[in-house]
Amino acid sequence: MHELGIVFYIIRDVKKAAEENSVAHISAVVMNIGEVSTVIPEYLQDVWRWAADKEEILMGAELRCNIIPAVNWCDDCKTEYSAVEHGRTCPSCGSGNTWLLRGNEVEIKEIIVE
Amino acid sequence: MDQVKVIEIKKSVFDDNNKDADRLRAELKSRGVYLLNLMSSPGSGKTTTLIQLLSRIKDKLRVAVMEADIDSDVDAVKIKNATGVESIQLHTGGMCHLDAEMTRQGLDNVSLDSLDLVILENVGNLVCPAEFDTGSCRNAMILSVPEGHDKPLKYPLMFSVCDLVVINKIDVMPYFDFDLDKCREYVKMRNSNATVIPICAKTGEGVDALADWILEEVRNWKNS
Ligand SMILES: Nc1nc2c(ncn2[C@@H]2O[C@H](COP(=O)(O)OP(=O)(O)OP(=O)(O)O)[C@@H](O)[C@H]2O)c(=O)[nH]1
Ligand SMILES: [Mg+2]
Ligand SMILES: [Zn+2]
Repeated sequence: MHELGIVFYIIRDVKKAAEENSVAHISAVVMNIGEVSTVIPEYLQDVWRWAADKEEILMGAELRCNIIPAVNWCDDCKTEYSAVEHGRTCPSCGSGNTWLLRGNEVEIKEIIVE
Repeated sequence: MDQVKVIEIKKSVFDDNNKDADRLRAELKSRGVYLLNLMSSPGSGKTTTLIQLLSRIKDKLRVAVMEADIDSDVDAVKIKNATGVESIQLHTGGMCHLDAEMTRQGLDNVSLDSLDLVILENVGNLVCPAEFDTGSCRNAMILSVPEGHDKPLKYPLMFSVCDLVVINKIDVMPYFDFDLDKCREYVKMRNSNATVIPICAKTGEGVDALADWILEEVRNWKNS
């Protein structure tokens, strides 16, 4: 359900980009999806197929998802570590002074035209 | 073979919505209307809480309610019958959340210029609504006791965007292992400025504190 709304946003954005670049048909859309973004790539693919095929410019267009691993930064010992594995507590120094550096992206990276 | 062309976009899908939301917030500010976005899981007591809250504030300020639902209009009718407060139903057309554009369309259907406060009951869900800024002045959420005190750990984004966490159904506390102190601690981890107000929407216990919070918020919004 969540993914449906996101697919509508993607379609709106890529149609705009296609127009600006005088592109008649898009063959693929590449996304960066963070590991902790709450977006589930498989669901996104499902609704994408359904919604994209309704648009002439996106008929048959593929959706590719790059998964961006979630990485936390520790403010105390200045290191990066896997957010999914260790959560808020830094595995090097035990500090809780940590925050998400990357991994919650829901970003359109590029469109591919053939 | 045709040439393959790559057009870089590099844009978050939430960008446009965030801009729409900022625009809406600025407009509400200039018109002196406070918009509260109320979120929770399905059935945690949003509508029951609103009925208790509205009866305490409706003589002190001009308020309307927007009920977002995937398809039904049960809640809008319930609010109107129980409190007499203007209440409209927004249908999200299958979507699990409201965005700023949908919120704006809803606001076009209430008499904004004769209101001080609009409360939006968002779709029952702890994930999606947190991603989409509605343009509200503040986000609030209701966590009910049967859901458990660990929810701030499981739904970090929801709790980090909310400045008010109402703990509802405290009457059933004896039957669950809900730990209120732990819950407060977890809420602070996500948002150190968040206010926590325990209530029982069924009896009205604690709702006076909630009414005071909202009255104060609206006053500050209008005067700052
Ligand atoms: N025991 C108890 N039950 C409550 C309390 N508040 C609400 N309920 C009950 O919980 C159920 C759901 O309440 P609603 O107010 O409809 O919840 P909601 O969040 O608006 O639900 P949706 O709009 O469907 O997501 C109803 O049966 C209420 O009577 C409370 O404080 N204590
Ligand atoms: Mg309801
Ligand atoms: Zn560290």
